[in-house]
Amino acid sequence: MSFQIRKFYYGDIPEDKAGGAIVSKQTANDWPLWEIFIRSKQGLDHKHVGSLHAADAQMAIENARDVYTRRMEGVSIWAVESKHIHASNPDEATSLYEPANDKIYRYPTFYDLPDEVGHM
Amino acid sequence: MSVLINQEELFQDRVDNEIKIEPRDWMPDAYRKTLVRQISQHAHSEIVGMLPEGNWISRAPSLKRKAILLAKVQDEAGHGLYLYSAAETLGTSREQMINDLHSGKAKYSSIFNYPTLTWADIGAIGWLVDGAAILNQVMLCRTSYGPYARAMVRICKEESFHQRQGFDILLTLSRGTPAQKEMCQDAINRWWWPSMMMFGPRDSESTNSDQSMKWKIKRKSNDELRQNFVDMCAEQVKVLGMTLPDADLKWNEAEGKYDFGEIDWDEFWNVVKGNGPCNKQRLDARRKAWEEGEWVREAASAFAKKQQQKQKQDKAA
Ligand SMILES: [Fe+2]
Ligand SMILES: [Fe+2]
Repeated sequence: MSFQIRKFYYGDIPEDKAGGAIVSKQTANDWPLWEIFIRSKQGLDHKHVGSLHAADAQMAIENARDVYTRRMEGVSIWAVESKHIHASNPDEATSLYEPANDKIYRYPTFYDLPDEVGHM
Repeated sequence: MSVLINQEELFQDRVDNEIKIEPRDWMPDAYRKTLVRQISQHAHSEIVGMLPEGNWISRAPSLKRKAILLAKVQDEAGHGLYLYSAAETLGTSREQMINDLHSGKAKYSSIFNYPTLTWADIGAIGWLVDGAAILNQVMLCRTSYGPYARAMVRICKEESFHQRQGFDILLTLSRGTPAQKEMCQDAINRWWWPSMMMFGPRDSESTNSDQSMKWKIKRKSNDELRQNFVDMCAEQVKVLGMTLPDADLKWNEAEGKYDFGEIDWDEFWNVVKGNGPCNKQRLDARRKAWEEGEWVREAASAFAKKQQQKQKQDKAA
């Protein structure tokens, strides 16, 4: 029996830290999984909306149209095969973002200026 | 060992503080299992739920009604897909879930094991079945697991059209000929109790509820949601000039809610166990669709492989 994770958790997950059972699967007949990003209108960023299975990129985009834009929710679709997405580790979040923690001088409110300066 | 206890406490602390749990976060084994079971059941319900309605697409009374019903059924397919994706973030696979549905291991909502006998049933399903589902789903928009909550938000945006189109069908019938009125009341009579059962066993009987509430997977109990449903429908049915088939239904002035009669729990458990009027038919239809789609899945995979090879060759050349 071969053990594998079929969904890549937007990156990869250490098995020992998964907090529970990783489903074991013998077969791998599912089409690859794709993450879908949609630009809802011109001028806005693409945003992650969910995932779907498709045999190839073109099918992923066509399926994304049917699944995620039935009500004009998008003007542009990105499809990225899930296995290509690398993610930071949530367990390391504290140390990863720590350097930004003590730099309050990066915020405009850190500077106390006289009222005469007006809006700045 | 102490590390593990710490993790669980940390987890519960996040849940208590309304911090959503995301796929890569640590979570208790049982939380993951509960979610996989609940979300996949929910997904299966959306997919199987297309069958009773699909039965009437070719028999809709007008082109307008047909187009609306098609759009509604297509939405349900979408809901199934959003939910399967959410479940997959927990480490299960689509194939596994489909297998569990087809083998009978996984459940779906029993409501879809009842037949759609007349056009009015399509109205009753939209009003009552989607109406009951919405109450559950609105609650789940605030569920503690991020991907599930996000799928629910998307679904809820689409559901209100479902309920309104159903009510619109019944409203039209309720203003029609005596035969149409009768058809309308008959559909309500047949769908009312099965819809009430959608909320599941009474709180005193339901084993999973407490832990689910603690983990904030669920936010309202079965009985609470069922009460909300009764209070909503008892008022709306007046607009139709129809009645709900419950002799005990009565406004309780003191408590500010409707009192209502007892569900036939024998019927409830019987349908859950697979002995409903259409259980076999529904599963057969799903298995048939899966088997007959086999060659399409294979052909698409073969085509994708070929394209990949071609691309590699082109690059090498
Ligand atoms: Fe739905
Ligand atoms: Fe619906």
